[in-house]
Amino acid sequence: MARAKGKNGSKGAPQWTSSGRGMYYSTEELKAIARELRRDIIQTIFTAGSGHPGGSLSELEILISLYFRVMRHDPANPKWPDRDRFILSKGHASTGLYAVLAHAGYFPKGELATFRQLNSRLQGHAHPMSPGVEMNSGSLGMGLSFALGCALAARLDQKDYMVYALLGDGECDEGQVWEAAMAAAHHKATNLIAFIDRNCIQNDRFTDEVMGLEPLADKWRAFGWRVLETDGHEFDALLGTIEEALQGRTTPTVIIARTVKGKGVSFMENNPAFHGRAPNRQEFEQAMKELA
Amino acid sequence: MVAAKVMASTREMYGKTLLAMAEEYPNIVVLGGDLNVSVFTHLWRDHVKYKARFFDFGPAEQNIMGVAAGLAASGKMPFVSTFAVFGTGRPFDQLRVLIAQPHLNVKIVCTHAGILTGEDGMSAHGIEDLALACSLPGFTVVCPADAVETAQAVGAAAATEGPFYIRLSRASTPVIHSENYQFTLGRSEIVQDGRDLTIIAAGVMVSVSLDAAALLAESGISARVVNMHTLKPVDEQTIIAAARDTGAIVTAEEHYINGGLGSIVAQAVVRHCPVPMEMVALQGYSESGKAEELMVKCRLTADAVKSASLAAFKRKGS
Repeated sequence: MARAKGKNGSKGAPQWTSSGRGMYYSTEELKAIARELRRDIIQTIFTAGSGHPGGSLSELEILISLYFRVMRHDPANPKWPDRDRFILSKGHASTGLYAVLAHAGYFPKGELATFRQLNSRLQGHAHPMSPGVEMNSGSLGMGLSFALGCALAARLDQKDYMVYALLGDGECDEGQVWEAAMAAAHHKATNLIAFIDRNCIQNDRFTDEVMGLEPLADKWRAFGWRVLETDGHEFDALLGTIEEALQGRTTPTVIIARTVKGKGVSFMENNPAFHGRAPNRQEFEQAMKELA
Repeated sequence: MVAAKVMASTREMYGKTLLAMAEEYPNIVVLGGDLNVSVFTHLWRDHVKYKARFFDFGPAEQNIMGVAAGLAASGKMPFVSTFAVFGTGRPFDQLRVLIAQPHLNVKIVCTHAGILTGEDGMSAHGIEDLALACSLPGFTVVCPADAVETAQAVGAAAATEGPFYIRLSRASTPVIHSENYQFTLGRSEIVQDGRDLTIIAAGVMVSVSLDAAALLAESGISARVVNMHTLKPVDEQTIIAAARDTGAIVTAEEHYINGGLGSIVAQAVVRHCPVPMEMVALQGYSESGKAEELMVKCRLTADAVKSASLAAFKRKGS
């Protein structure tokens, strides 16, 4: 089913929620949101005393583009059957998603202070007990399969929602990613768009040191996917690429987004140490100064 | 001389029952991994009216479970069917993270469980599947005793919200139930009453245990036989009543001794009414061979259940 023109992805068009409200921000506004949410991410992980800042910072512009420009969704109605789905496969980067969901209004921003604490809905790895989170996560490589299930359900129900999945680059070491890639192409899941957060760092070290991934685009092409590549932090480039991905869909599409791990905080950028640790107080203060 | 038993295929009954539910449950989708003829979901796959609700993924079970979770989260009721080893051990982390933890409505119906799989050998013998499935919080786990019970268990799976595992066999197994049998999920069946001890069995071992009870009767021992078709949530009331009424319990299962029926029954017995217990189960991995040969070699026979029963009986009141 063709998507109604002007609903999603069309440049300059408002995107609609089930309650009829638009959620459209200019590129300048998106940049301001990114600056604010980077502070939220650092504050949240510092308050929790643990978490994954590197990937939360690298994925942020992708999430902001989707939630504040592209996706059809309604924070007041998280289970709206017609919503576009966003599946965070790299669930350790939950803080980036929580910051976006809070900013969109899925839950109060103050709840970010409960992240990783007892009795919080904001689990260390994203879990659907948090409003707006679609999938339980924390074991890598599973999100693309789940997203394919959502995409096939849309076809069965003759719904026109899109399914977006975000995978880490290190996550592509998991065999299940390629099982899902093969299956999505075989079953012609044209309503599925995956992103690879290509920040070139995984848990221990640089991806090239742990497990060679290149030529990554050729791998996806060989599995029957359309491959687009973009800068993962420049909104105009990202949004243009997503726009392109939404047009002329005859296969699933993967967008390899070149990102910087720890983006926006000088000492976290390209530093494997900040994949999975919180800043100490001195680092926190410096980071917040840089992000002011 | 024992009359020849009527045999029937539980997996064929599954495939037919599932197809018959297609209209009643329009949200059922069927997922397979290149074993659809063996698990009888090819009946659905090849049905002109329902084939759009069928998806094959090849032998890629981790992906299958992930797709099933996504479908379930979108309001569908996926039935995933493959062999027991490929539906539990292979994708265990997907069952855990994607299905059990968010408690999604995914039904996993596995055939070719246990040594009844026979000639394919130990890698194909799913002797740990019940332990794996029962270890997942929120799963309902059923091991039907025969084809009649299989049909009703499949119906109960569709009627019950949440993750569900059903264990079936490759080999045809004796039919112990009449067409009038009424299966109740979570409530075991007293197949035969008795005074001196209770044999609690599941799957094909219910039939074997009835044979054992007949042998025991010849020795003047009256055995109650319980069909514990639902392993989780287990029917503790019937276990406790058996312990109180008969004072000794034997479990019989075609599964590894750790983590299956024996372990589950023992948990209830030690907590509520400790009595002597013996366990008839697999002691380790088996080998290639005919199903009936393996049952003898692995001591899953009426004689073995009788011996265990006598041992438990002798320990009573000691």
